[in-house]
Amino acid sequence: MYKTQCSRLTGLFGVSLKQKLVGCGPRCKQTAQGLVLPHRRDPSHWMTYQHLNFLKRQYVTKNLSALKQRAAPKRAAALADVDENDRDENRVQRIPTVEPTVEEVSTSAVARETSNNMTTSDETPHLQVETDEAREARLDGQWKPLKVEVGDLPDIYARLTKIKLTALVVTTAAAGYAMAPVAFDPAIFIATCLGTGLASGAANSINQYFEVPFDSNMNRTKNRPLVRGQISPLHAVTFALACGVPGVALLTYAVNPLTGFLGAVNILLYTCCYTPLKRLTIANTWAGSVVGAIPPVMGWTAATGCMDPGALLLGGILYSWQFPHFNALSWNLREDYSRGGYRMMSVTHPAMCRRVALRHSAALAGLAAAAPALGVTTWTFPLVSLPINAYITLLAFRFYRRADRASARKLFFCSLWHLPMLLLLALTCKKPREDDPASTS
Amino acid sequence: MSVRVAVECLTWRRWSCLRGRQSVMAAAGRRECCKLAPKQQDKLPKRSKFPPAPSATHDWIGPPNPLSNMRPIVYRVPPNESELERRLRNMRQDTEDWNHQFWSQQNLTFGKEKDAFIVSQLKAKGLTERDQQGRRRTLTSEEMSVFYKDFLDKNRQRHVNYNKEWYRRNLSITFLMARVALHNLWKRVGRTKCRNTPAT
Repeated sequence: MYKTQCSRLTGLFGVSLKQKLVGCGPRCKQTAQGLVLPHRRDPSHWMTYQHLNFLKRQYVTKNLSALKQRAAPKRAAALADVDENDRDENRVQRIPTVEPTVEEVSTSAVARETSNNMTTSDETPHLQVETDEAREARLDGQWKPLKVEVGDLPDIYARLTKIKLTALVVTTAAAGYAMAPVAFDPAIFIATCLGTGLASGAANSINQYFEVPFDSNMNRTKNRPLVRGQISPLHAVTFALACGVPGVALLTYAVNPLTGFLGAVNILLYTCCYTPLKRLTIANTWAGSVVGAIPPVMGWTAATGCMDPGALLLGGILYSWQFPHFNALSWNLREDYSRGGYRMMSVTHPAMCRRVALRHSAALAGLAAAAPALGVTTWTFPLVSLPINAYITLLAFRFYRRADRASARKLFFCSLWHLPMLLLLALTCKKPREDDPASTS
Repeated sequence: MSVRVAVECLTWRRWSCLRGRQSVMAAAGRRECCKLAPKQQDKLPKRSKFPPAPSATHDWIGPPNPLSNMRPIVYRVPPNESELERRLRNMRQDTEDWNHQFWSQQNLTFGKEKDAFIVSQLKAKGLTERDQQGRRRTLTSEEMSVFYKDFLDKNRQRHVNYNKEWYRRNLSITFLMARVALHNLWKRVGRTKCRNTPAT
């Protein structure tokens, strides 16, 4: 269509054209108005050959120099467009050994053998909203300046310190403090929680600093701040030092030196033992369990100042709990661990992985029974905790026998609520102190 | 490849009329963009897929590479770059390339060996690669775990070596970064002092 000559399409020819266009209107999805108007507008708004595709799909009509959108039908057609092109793309992308989408396709194919038909995205313990993921994926596909956005810093730090895990660690330390047979001192309690939180955050930051290339290759961890380049490695290390040093100092000077020492040892164990060992030997799981067991001991020593059997019992409960928790989690990540070069029991010694999880789930019930013997709780504690201990042992037994993704997932999610529940029950069954008749239990 | 480029060109032309940037990005995803006419480029959002020119003030970080999942970085080149800064930049670039090379090889090898394992297992079972519906047959987690264990054991020494080298590089880069940061801070403090001295 010549733009200059079309301006003369008025009059009789224009009318006949209009009648023809109106005639084929019902066959198209657009209204007659949209069809007729284009030929009257000024040349800059005339229909070109792309617009003639309206018979197939909906699009934005340019009417009187304003963009007019049809919301619902356009989006359906828009998605159809996207799908059309994606199908081409997918066909190209399915050539093996070229792109990682092949990995994802085959990973999800492997996952299809369970009855639940879940994809790899649900292996993360924390549920993610799809639209957030899609948005992040979209933003990820662009070059970004490696500049620190001060507004984003709280969120970045939260993810760097693995804030949810840190919160759980602080909860176990608080439980350790609360279970100790001393009067409750709010100042010491707050100092303990704060110091433990800072120490845990520092340890997590250093862990992420060490593991950038590995994290970028695993689905579960590829959105961490250092992997995405939201902050530089130096920034992460500085932040870790800024958290760790005051945290340990707070524990040493405001609480007591033993707690400070335990905090420092825990940071070292996590960053210098557990993190490198993850790639060398399966013993990393045992080292990691000790790391998880130390915070309640710290809480207890913060209260009493010495390492009582009660502290070791609480530490033992946390130690045993780590195995069903971690082994179940790692069961569904075997492919990622293998590709990333992590040596985990679930990959190298699968039978041992399930056996150990079962063994330690059963040990939890045993440790709960030992609590009244050591004077930590009353005899009611083993009784009231029996249902949840029996349940986790049952799930661990099912995991041991079936060894499938569903049972692993169930065991993992059970461990997430089992621990807080167990600590809460222990707190309610805490043995009242003999020297203070008015003490609360 | 040219078909793909052509398809993407059409996609970009079609979508350039639309308001919703979200749908544009959703359609484009992580694919490489084709070269567009300058007119179309004006309509596109500012953030492009191409590596930008080195800036004087900050680094640029790009999308993860499809093979190695490493994000490329375009390092900043300040106007009067010191010897330390140049060394740091070269060290970081070198480590980035080394990482990319290792992980590309790792992921490629993993993918190839995994496919070969699946094919061999299916053959041993007497099954075809695709079932009646044309879908690819898959093995259970248990069967695949044999491959995963085997892959880890075969590559153990390689992983150990990579680990040692990675820790060494990472720590030396961070240490050098700290030195550069302190050096720049010292220079800035020195300059402020010189500026203040004539006034007093």
